[in-house]
Amino acid sequence: MDVLIFLIPIALVLGGVGLVAFLWSLKTGQYDDLEGAKWRILDDDDLPERKNTR
Amino acid sequence: MTVHQRDWQAFVVPADDGAVHMDLAVDGITCAACMGEIERGLKRLPGIRKARVNLTSQRLAVDWVEDQTGADEIVAELERLGYAAHPFDPASQKERQDKTGKQLLRCLAVSGFAGMNIMLLSVSVWSGNASDITPETRDFFHWLSALIALPTVAYSGQPFVKSAFRALSAGRLNMDVPIVIGVGLAVALSVVQTIQHHHHAYFESAVMLLFFLLVGRYLDHNMRGRTRSFAENIAALKAEVAARINPDGSVREVPLSKIAAGDLVLVAGGERVPVDGVVSSGISEIDQSLVTGESVLVPVKPGQRVYAGTLNGAGALQIRVEAASGATLLDEVNRLLETASQAKSKYVRIADRAAQLYAPLVHGAAGLTFLGWLLAGMEWQPALVIAISVLIITCPCALGLAVPAVQVVASGQLFKSGVLLNSADAIERMADIDTILFDKTGTLTLAEPELVEEIDRQDPVLALAGQLALASRHPLSMALVKATGALVPLADVQEVSGAGLETHVDGQRLRLGSPLFCGARTEAIEERLLAVPGASLLAIQYGEEPVRLLAVRQKLRSDARDVVDQLKAQGYALEIVSGDTQPSVAECAEALGIEDWQAAMTPSAKIARLEALQADGRKVLMVGDGLNDAPALAGAHVSLSPVSAVHLSQAAADAVFLGKKLQPVFDALRLSIRARRAIEQNLWISTVYNIIAVPIAVAGYVTPLMAAVAMSASSLAVTANALRLKWGNRVAADVEATAAFGPAASTKGE
Repeated sequence: MDVLIFLIPIALVLGGVGLVAFLWSLKTGQYDDLEGAKWRILDDDDLPERKNTR
Repeated sequence: MTVHQRDWQAFVVPADDGAVHMDLAVDGITCAACMGEIERGLKRLPGIRKARVNLTSQRLAVDWVEDQTGADEIVAELERLGYAAHPFDPASQKERQDKTGKQLLRCLAVSGFAGMNIMLLSVSVWSGNASDITPETRDFFHWLSALIALPTVAYSGQPFVKSAFRALSAGRLNMDVPIVIGVGLAVALSVVQTIQHHHHAYFESAVMLLFFLLVGRYLDHNMRGRTRSFAENIAALKAEVAARINPDGSVREVPLSKIAAGDLVLVAGGERVPVDGVVSSGISEIDQSLVTGESVLVPVKPGQRVYAGTLNGAGALQIRVEAASGATLLDEVNRLLETASQAKSKYVRIADRAAQLYAPLVHGAAGLTFLGWLLAGMEWQPALVIAISVLIITCPCALGLAVPAVQVVASGQLFKSGVLLNSADAIERMADIDTILFDKTGTLTLAEPELVEEIDRQDPVLALAGQLALASRHPLSMALVKATGALVPLADVQEVSGAGLETHVDGQRLRLGSPLFCGARTEAIEERLLAVPGASLLAIQYGEEPVRLLAVRQKLRSDARDVVDQLKAQGYALEIVSGDTQPSVAECAEALGIEDWQAAMTPSAKIARLEALQADGRKVLMVGDGLNDAPALAGAHVSLSPVSAVHLSQAAADAVFLGKKLQPVFDALRLSIRARRAIEQNLWISTVYNIIAVPIAVAGYVTPLMAAVAMSASSLAVTANALRLKWGNRVAADVEATAAFGPAASTKGE
C-alpha cells in the first residue's frame, strides 16, 4: 500500500489544479456571457493588427 | 431622435487609471457578426481601452480614456453601425458584476472538487470494507476526507447557513433549516466516527448534498438574473431620462435619479412626461391613458398638474418638478400600493410550506428513533448514530431541488413565450387563479392610438394630411402618419399650439388638428363621438372641401377575442375594470364577449372590487398597465403587466409580458398550471423516497453508500421530471400554434 504515498497527493494536486483553474476563469469573467462565448469561436478575424495596418 | 444634448457625465462611472466606464443597452444584437462588428468598430475610435458585448444580457461595456474621446462619439459610432444604444443610469443598475452568481459558482466549484476527491477515498473505503482494508488505512482515508470536507462545508455551506439563519431570526422555517441541520450533523457524526475508528463516515454525503443543492441554486439564480437584466434593458431602451433646464438656460438630458424637486424639466411634443410636477409654461394636450385609463386627450395649461408616464401632445411644456405632497393621485396610489403589497407578502411559498411540514416530521422521527433504540436497550451512543443517520438520509436533497428545478424550467419557457417574471413564486401563485380582472386601455387594447376606420390610401386629401402630420409628434398625428404611410413632410408648416397644424398647398389652406380649429360643426362632432365612444377626433380641412373627422382610438390587441374565448373555455371568470368612460368600456366588453365590466373606476374602486372578490374566496389575477392599476396589481393574488406599462405598475406586477398580443397571458396561466403539477409530482417523488428510506434508516441499516446512491437517484428523478415540462410544453405549443394561431403565435424570445 506504499503507493498511496504518491497517489493521494497526486490526486489531490490534480484536483486542486482543476479548482484553481476554474476559479481563475471565473475571476477573469469567462462566465459573464454564456451566450456570446459560443459565437465568438466562429469569429475568425481576431487579428486586428494585420487587418488594420493592411 | 434626441433633441437635447445629454449630460454624459451623469452616465459614466470612473474606472482604473483615469479611464471611465459606461454600460449601454444595445438594441438589435442578434448574432456573432453584430458582436464583432460593434467591438471592432468601437476599437477604431481613439482612446477606447475595452469594448465588450455581452450577448446574454444584450449589453455593451466600454472603458475609455476620457480626454481622447467622448460618450456621444461612442453612441454616434454605434448609430452609424446601425445599433440604437441607450446608456444605463448607474444608479438604477443594482448589480453590475453579479456578485451573488459568482459567489454561488465559487461555492459550487469548491464543493464539486471536494466531492470528487472524497468520493475517490470513500469508494476505496467501501470496497475495502467488503474485502481486506486495514483499520489504519481506513482511518487515514477518513481523516483525509475530514481534512477536505470540513473547510468545504464551512465555505460552500455559507449560502444555506445565511438563509437558514435569516429565516430563524425572523421566526420562520424554510428548507435551508433542515438542510443545515442535516449537513452539520452528518459532518459532526463523521468526525466522531473517525475518531472512534468506525467503519463508516458520511463526509461524501454531506459534500455531495451541498453540491447538488448548489447546482439548483445556481440554475435558479442564473435564470432570474437573465430576466432581470432583460427587464433593466427595457427600462434603459425606454430612455428614462429627463431634459433638465439648467439655471443658465441650457437643456441637458440626465437620468431620472438626478432630478430633484424644484428642477425645471422640458417635455417636447410627443414625449412622455418623465416626472410629476406642475406646468410652469406652455399649453398642450396630454394623453393620460396610462394614468387614469381614459383614452381621451386632456388639455393642460400653466398651473396644472401632470403625472409621470403620461404622453405629451403637440406643444412643448416646461414642468416644475414637485416632491409628492399629499392628496395627489400619485400619493394615493402609493399609499394603496403599500397596504396592498403588505397583504400579498403573507403568501407562503410551496417549498417553505413543505419545509414547515417536513422539518418537524423528520426531526420528530429522528428523536423517536433515538428514544426507541434506547428503550430497546441500546447504548446511547449507537442509538444517536442511528438517529442521525435518519436525518442524513432524509436530508431534503430532492426536496431542495424539487421546486427550483421546476421554476427554472418554467421561467425559461415563460421567457420564450414573452413573459418575464418579477417575483420567483409568481408561477406557483398563478396556478391558483380562478378569476381574471382586466384593465381596458393599454391592456386589452394597445397603448398607442390608431385610426378606427380603414382609410383609402389613394385619397389625395388624406395623403396630404398625412404629410402634414409628419410635422408633429402629437399622438393623433402619429396615428395618421402610420395609417397613411406618409414619408415626405410638407414645407412651411405652422403649428398652433394646442390646436393643430396649418399650411398651404397649391394656394389652398390645409388644416389638421382639433375639430374646432378646423371649423367642424358641433352636431357633426357629437354624432361622430356617439358612434365611436371613447375616441379622440382628428379633423382635416382642405380649402373649400367639407371638414373630415377621423376617429382615433386605442385598438383591441389583435388576438384579444381569441384569448378571451380560450380563457373562458378554461373556466376562468373574466371581468373588465376600467377607468375609462362607460360607452367605450361597454363597446369593448361587447366586442370581447365579457359580461362583467365596470367603467370610470378610481384606483381605490379597483382595489375595492378586488378585495370584494378575494373576500368571496376567489383567487384573482389582475392584468393592467396604468398608474391607476398599480395598487390592484400589488394587491391581487398575482398580477401581469404589459411591457408598455408605467414604471410603477411594472414594479408592482409579478410578471411583465412583451409584444402586441394578449396570448402571453394565456400561455403564462397554462404553463404555471403545468409547473404547479410538476412541483407537486416532485414533492411526491421526494415523499415516496423518504417513505422507502426512513424505515431502513430507523432500523439502523443505512450505510454511507446507500445514502449516496439514494440521494443522487432522487435528485436526478426530480430534475428529470422538471425537464419533462420543457419537452412536453414544446409539443403542446407546436400543436396549438399550428392549430389556432399559425406560426406567428410563438415568435418572442430567440
